Amino acid sequence: MTAATAYLNARLIDPATGADQRGGLIVEGGLIKDLGPGVTRASAGDLPVRDCTGLAIVPGLIDMRVFVGEPGSEHRETLKSGSRAAAAGGVTRMIVMPNTAPIIDDQALVDFILRRAREKAVVHVTPAAAITRGCAGTALSEMGLLAEAGAAYFTDGDRAVPTAQMMLRALTYARNFDLLVADLPLEPTLAAGADMNRGELATRLGLKGLAPAAETIIIERDLRLAELTGARLHLGPIASAEALEPIARAKAKGLPVTASTTAAHLMLNENDLVPYLTYRKLMPPLRTEDDRRALVEAVECGVIDVVVSGHDPQPPETKRLPFAQAAPGGTGLETLLTAVLAPVHAGEAGLIEMLRTVTVAPASLLGLPSGRLSLGAPADLALVDLEEPWVISADQQYSRAKNTPLDGRRVQGRVRETIVAGRRVFSEGKHDDAR
Amino acid sequence: MPESSPAPISGAAMTAREPSPNPLEPSRRHLLGIEDLTPSEIDGLLTLADAYVGVSRRVEKRQQLLGGRTLINLFFEASTRTQSSFEIAGKRLGADVMNMSVANSALRKGETLLDTAATLNAMRPDILIVRHQDSGAVELLSRKVDGSVVNAGDGQHEHPTQALLDALTIRRRLGRLDGITVAICGDIAHSRVARSNINLLLKMGARVNVVAPRTLLPAAVDRLGVGVFTTMKEGLAGADIVMMLRLQLERMEGAFIPSTREYFRFYGLDAERLAFAKPGALVMHPGPMNRGIEIESSIADHVDRSLIQEQVEMGVAVRMAVLDALARNLAEAPHNR
Repeated sequence: MTAATAYLNARLIDPATGADQRGGLIVEGGLIKDLGPGVTRASAGDLPVRDCTGLAIVPGLIDMRVFVGEPGSEHRETLKSGSRAAAAGGVTRMIVMPNTAPIIDDQALVDFILRRAREKAVVHVTPAAAITRGCAGTALSEMGLLAEAGAAYFTDGDRAVPTAQMMLRALTYARNFDLLVADLPLEPTLAAGADMNRGELATRLGLKGLAPAAETIIIERDLRLAELTGARLHLGPIASAEALEPIARAKAKGLPVTASTTAAHLMLNENDLVPYLTYRKLMPPLRTEDDRRALVEAVECGVIDVVVSGHDPQPPETKRLPFAQAAPGGTGLETLLTAVLAPVHAGEAGLIEMLRTVTVAPASLLGLPSGRLSLGAPADLALVDLEEPWVISADQQYSRAKNTPLDGRRVQGRVRETIVAGRRVFSEGKHDDAR
Repeated sequence: MPESSPAPISGAAMTAREPSPNPLEPSRRHLLGIEDLTPSEIDGLLTLADAYVGVSRRVEKRQQLLGGRTLINLFFEASTRTQSSFEIAGKRLGADVMNMSVANSALRKGETLLDTAATLNAMRPDILIVRHQDSGAVELLSRKVDGSVVNAGDGQHEHPTQALLDALTIRRRLGRLDGITVAICGDIAHSRVARSNINLLLKMGARVNVVAPRTLLPAAVDRLGVGVFTTMKEGLAGADIVMMLRLQLERMEGAFIPSTREYFRFYGLDAERLAFAKPGALVMHPGPMNRGIEIESSIADHVDRSLIQEQVEMGVAVRMAVLDALARNLAEAPHNR
């Protein structure tokens, strides 16, 4: 595809403004040059034209929580394979978690990820850096230098900052540079060895349950520290209804607090684990249907700002095990858009509200100009058939590991084409680097 | 596979001289838990087992129902009682029995459960008896093998033959399960015996009380349909059967109880506490017992009140019935094993 293209006869959906209109969009120099109902074949001039009849154009998705295995466990996922999965899912920017080997806690490693991504990845990649060195929870990482090197935000990724003291220092220091600190709300001593949600089902299955209190304890702690320090705090992924309450309260108070959940938590509940389906073992765990509904509602009313994939590739050797031994985590890049459309098709939430959580909301949190359809914005776009029915199949995933928790799900809405910085990277089931 | 398919005769045939119908549904290849069984399957298994009690009491115990069949005892977790019970049951039915204690074998070294399953499956066993420390592990293994799988205990999930043998013991003593009250006392949270027994007894119309300190009660236990009590006095009231559980010290992980003496003080079964139950109430224990921790010796050894030795005997009979029923389904399976 050339750098300049006219996309015509599309449904243009901009979650930033809520605008949803027929029209065209012109991409030039990697940016959105023109858009709106007035952009027609006449205004396209001699530009190559892509007829988008029947398709919606939405901003490319920004996924704030993606695990890859590069460096250190490339058999799980490389930046290249992960980015191809992202492209297939309409994700044009992924933020990769620092939990690699070594852990991303040094500016040279941020450099390494950015350089590898430039060479290998087909979508934008930015690393999130560790809050604490080695994610060990005992000493602060060089947040200032890491941010300067290009870290998107700070998180210990797959674990919470273990102590209140450490979190207080991290938030206090982050405030210095106005950095975003994200914590996984799971109290580590309660979460150790937990298999699933605590309750009747865990009791019946003989699995170790984890109460929602494990989320709430960290959330309450972190919110008080955020209030104390004034730092920007992000909490997620959240899995339970009761964890939403303190967040709503903090937001009402005007604290600079945001929250996220995963797409899988919006689609599944704990009953989907039966009989011991390890590919649906997630952490935080899938909870009850009441929790799932509360999460969707929280997205709808803005208590949850961002939906992430939580993409966490696990090969058979860590998944095809007895439930207690199996690693938690599921892939999600390829199904992120489809999954956020699920509540829309189910009549549970509005289209704009759901799209916002994967586009403009993460963009504004991370200070990115993308995530919106506006003049001069980066041409990171997804062309979507919002209605197309299909069945998610693990075997057909581009991700190196195939552990999608949504395997076998009948869904509606599919990405037909993905454009990164004005260049087509994926269309009609094929990547452009494979053409 | 030698083509030994003598007309399927049942255990009951030994005494009644006519084949009894297979208690299990024709489609049932494995026995993974009580949860999957229908009340009529349970009832049928108990009746079949009843007949095997007679067989086991004869001098000539050996049957040929499982002649030519290979049975493997695959125990990932150490067990004496259950493993030998299955071994004897298999041998009495004429099967070739092999014991594999994976807990201390080379198979344990880094090999995954499914690799072990594939290795054993290649040796074409007919029935695998499996115990594993993880809930759901036996079900996982059953998906990867061609023969029948019997769950001999998976983590904290199920131990179906224990519940069946307990039910047989009770039914032979009280004549029924329907309408009786059973108090299950002790470490409910970590006990697969409790889960399988609760399942079975409720299915068969019994009332179940569970009694334990709150740290040993699993979440939402009341949702299982049992009465939940934290004192022996209330929990044992009206009980026909008092079923004590082993305090699984190896699973305690830490501080579920402060000390064994404190536990005995409040939850140990002695004559005084047994008096809270119905007059003449009977005592059971799946073994092995911690004497002086959950049960006093005078109760455990009480000739009239303790059913503990009888449970062991019924264990062999129940396992013979289970093996018989599964083998008959194997013989009739479409791939003609």
